[in-house]
Amino acid sequence: MNEQTERAATLLAAKLRKDVLVMLRHRGYGHVGGSLSLVELMADLYAHHLRHDPADPTWQGRDRIVLSKGHAGPVMYSVLAERGFFPREWLLTLNDGGTRLPSHTDRLKTPGVDATTGSLGQGTSEAAGIALALKMKESAAYTYLIVGDGELNEGQCWEAFQFIAGRRLSRCIVFIDDNKKQLDGPTAAVLPGFDLAQKMSAFGFMTQRVDGQDIRAIDAAIDAAKANDASANCIVLDTTKGAGVAYFERAADNHSMKWNNDEIRRATDEAVLALEAQIKGGEQDV
Amino acid sequence: MFELSRQVGAAGKPYRDTFADTLIDLMREDERVVMFEADLGGASLSTKIRDAHPERYVQVGIAEANMMGMAAGLSSEGLVPFVHSFGPFATRRAFDQIFMAGGYAHNTINIWGSDPGFTAGANGGTHTTYEDVALMRTIPGAVVADAADAVQMAWTLKAFAARGGINYLRTGRKESFQLYAEGSTFELGRGNVVRPGEDVLVVSAGQLLKDALAAADALDDAGVSCEVIDMFCIKPLDVDLLVAEAAGKRAVVTFENHGVIGGLGEAVASALLEAGVTPPFRRHGVVERFGSVGTPGYLQEEYGLTAADLVGTVRALLG
Repeated sequence: MNEQTERAATLLAAKLRKDVLVMLRHRGYGHVGGSLSLVELMADLYAHHLRHDPADPTWQGRDRIVLSKGHAGPVMYSVLAERGFFPREWLLTLNDGGTRLPSHTDRLKTPGVDATTGSLGQGTSEAAGIALALKMKESAAYTYLIVGDGELNEGQCWEAFQFIAGRRLSRCIVFIDDNKKQLDGPTAAVLPGFDLAQKMSAFGFMTQRVDGQDIRAIDAAIDAAKANDASANCIVLDTTKGAGVAYFERAADNHSMKWNNDEIRRATDEAVLALEAQIKGGEQDV
Repeated sequence: MFELSRQVGAAGKPYRDTFADTLIDLMREDERVVMFEADLGGASLSTKIRDAHPERYVQVGIAEANMMGMAAGLSSEGLVPFVHSFGPFATRRAFDQIFMAGGYAHNTINIWGSDPGFTAGANGGTHTTYEDVALMRTIPGAVVADAADAVQMAWTLKAFAARGGINYLRTGRKESFQLYAEGSTFELGRGNVVRPGEDVLVVSAGQLLKDALAAADALDDAGVSCEVIDMFCIKPLDVDLLVAEAAGKRAVVTFENHGVIGGLGEAVASALLEAGVTPPFRRHGVVERFGSVGTPGYLQEEYGLTAADLVGTVRALLG
């Protein structure tokens, strides 16, 4: 990753973080924690790795993306809007009746969304099917599958992982957003997942564990995954739920929050101002 | 257009041979067709498909939920997946994957659920479904079919391949009978009058049609003229045919290898009631019972699904 790409990805990350906060503050509720933990991954994918064409969202040569933790829709919508898949005005329609941006990502509603997800675990199999179809068609496209750590409670994930690894679908790159929290509390308390990287290695993945809020580290891990076609690839992202905004990182129940008090509204406004300053500086750099 | 076989009721080609041969043909004709199996290839004979088209045969292991999700995902890339498992595993066990990754996301999954109802035989109650039709009917846009014989099964599979969406076919695996002549064609959403009659209407589907026709013969011998409709496509239902044929009958009885809740009988009852056609009516099927073990013949008797049982229901209804 060269410096110019890194600067572009860092700038994009600031924009995504701001968009997520603006969307959710406007809506008054939403899945903030698990959207913010994915900001750096999404920024790196769309700034560097993921082949896409906003003018032709179903372009056959594109890389596919399956956000199996579909409740992180806000970060997906933010990056799609930033890349020009649809007008930015749509962002403020999140969850409105008739919106193109539902709470959980839907391939029929939103340009740039390749799979309908939200019923947790199911995106893993959909991604396996997509990756298998691409392999059958001898396509060079990658399938990027993003799974939550809490989502791994679902047994279906392990059925799909067994297939992806067993059939060496090396162009299906699995990201685990290990943000260590789920709806009812810390993942370790709700249902201990043990060592996710060890588990994925045991399943047959070449597994890397990186700082999931470090764009350069994520980018290098994706490079390494792309260079490995001997096995399936997994990148465990060591992330923080609510990442990048101290208030949300500290909040105990940050899976889904309500903007129903002055404290959360003030914290959001301050974060948005800081991000706007960062974006302004970043734009001058780029 | 259909014609009846010249040997109606005689032994027919086993369903699983029909499935394998039809899929092999479909895959030869259309390179988009892909077959998924969940470690029951030896039971379904999809191993024959594997041998003919190994590059488009996907063995997922004993993982039906993953199979359904993968089929859905694969279809979103323009391919046409068929999947097989025993009826309960092809529906109940993986229902949310069929519903969400398949139906809700407007993807395609063509499902063969084998050995429904009493045809599960020696595999027993754990492998039996008397609920598959009820479940699958609830999926918006889904087609639900119960084919009688090899001719109708092959036609239905080809119709599924051309259609897209969630398509469910239930049939036994092995023992079959002859109903239709080779070359017969059908229509999804259209039933067939396979035996005309004046007094009573029996609506059935699948393998039980053999028994429905035997019952009609017995009733005829006793002076009751009995019409039989093959409602192989349970959803969408041929309401026009039902309304036309039920009008003026002294009794209407549905006859299904399925529970009476949510199956063919309830579908027919709703259609007739809403159309204002209300002859005396009975759903003849399985009432509040799980499956159990035995030969198919034993189970057919145990669950009251023989021709003689149907005759009894009709007679009781006629009073």
